Amino acid sequence: MKKNIFQISPSFYDVMPAEYRELVENGPFEKKVGVSDLGAFKELSEEHPLCAGCGLALSLRLILASLPNPEDTIIVGSTGCSAIAFPQVAVQNIHSLFGNQNAIASGVKRALTLRFPDKIKDVVVIAGDGATVDIGLDMVMQSWFRQERITTIMLDNEAYANTGGQESGMSQEGAVLHMAPKGKTFPKVSLPELARASGCVYVAAVNPAKPKKLEKAIVRGVLAARELGPTYIQVFTPCPTNYKFKPNETIEKIKMRVKEGTYETTEFISAEAQELFARLEEGKK
Amino acid sequence: MLSTEYRVLRGPEGYLPPAAASMGVVLPEKGSALVEGCIVPKEDAMELIADKLLSAKNPFFFPGPLVLWAWKDGVVEKAKAIKEMAEAAEAKIIPMPDYRPKYPMINPAIEINPNHPNLTIWHNKIDVCVFIGVHCHYANMALKIIRGGTECYTIALCGEAGHEDAMISLRDVRVEDLKRMTQIIMEKKGVGK
Repeated sequence: MKKNIFQISPSFYDVMPAEYRELVENGPFEKKVGVSDLGAFKELSEEHPLCAGCGLALSLRLILASLPNPEDTIIVGSTGCSAIAFPQVAVQNIHSLFGNQNAIASGVKRALTLRFPDKIKDVVVIAGDGATVDIGLDMVMQSWFRQERITTIMLDNEAYANTGGQESGMSQEGAVLHMAPKGKTFPKVSLPELARASGCVYVAAVNPAKPKKLEKAIVRGVLAARELGPTYIQVFTPCPTNYKFKPNETIEKIKMRVKEGTYETTEFISAEAQELFARLEEGKK
Repeated sequence: MLSTEYRVLRGPEGYLPPAAASMGVVLPEKGSALVEGCIVPKEDAMELIADKLLSAKNPFFFPGPLVLWAWKDGVVEKAKAIKEMAEAAEAKIIPMPDYRPKYPMINPAIEINPNHPNLTIWHNKIDVCVFIGVHCHYANMALKIIRGGTECYTIALCGEAGHEDAMISLRDVRVEDLKRMTQIIMEKKGVGK
């Protein structure tokens, strides 16, 4: 897809809502922009209906700004908080049945490869922890075993947040939530380790308190999936509503968890991905 | 004139009105059109569209993505013809740029959404509307919602096979058809005879 198909018919230019005109004139399409340029271009999300201080909303904003090829990216979402933000996102996106996101993404990627063999089409799954590690773990891991060339991004708020607060596999051991009053009885699942063991060529755990690191992980994850095989990026997105902290404390909560070692930021780069990134870096010079 | 028992009439028909196709309304053959569920000659339907637009208190055109975006050859010309037709009918235009549901809400003063078109109809007090350039499955859904919940009279100018769920629907609408309707409107207004 090229930007020229995003042109407005001149006769209707005056009636188009301002956000569409801005996207055409100053959107990120076919531009090399990133999180450092936020505020200087029209973002891919106009607004969102998520709670104040939502770590997921902040992360989604950064992820969208980091996509290397938004005009040719297809996002596959799933049930959860992020699903109510996606209708506002100006990137092709598909909502799948709860947990089916990686199966859908596999099919989309294969179909696009057949339909547009000479074009780059990035397929990116963005789903919550419940969809990724609980309900959809089968589909997620099978897509990794099959070496599907898709990027899987988990928005990890450590709970089923928009259904009242149930524990998920990503909740910490002992976590007490509205719908989990007795406290979680088993540890947080280490999906980055599972991803690595399941064949992901690039794995990272990042957070929005470090936007540049998050951006780097997204770019690497998308480029490695495009060329090599499955990639997995886990983004820590704390939930003030269910974990009962003030909306303006989200970033502080992230920093605190990282500091106390209860949320690890990691990066695994396979040898082939290392070679790819070195080649791409060399090409930039 | 062919007919079925079910008529596709101005609403509100009530929550979840049936799809007109399920009630026996069939799409017209080439050269024909649908008026309230009945198949009529295309020229008759064009005349009726002009009458409806000119007698409306607050007519609106709802152009969809297929004509709002200059995505292939010929679209710019078609968009220009639609604008001229709307201007001739003194109708306003509210676009449907894409099909995102845009929760929690859209701004009904400046755009229409196929998932809740009734909001735009109610907000702007629209009594006659024209759908054009909307992909068929979304047009059918929106037309049914409008028929179910509003008293707006719906007209669908379709580039494909037409819409059973509109009160008037033309099929295979090309630039020359739009120009013809503009001419009919101007003649009825007593302009350009």
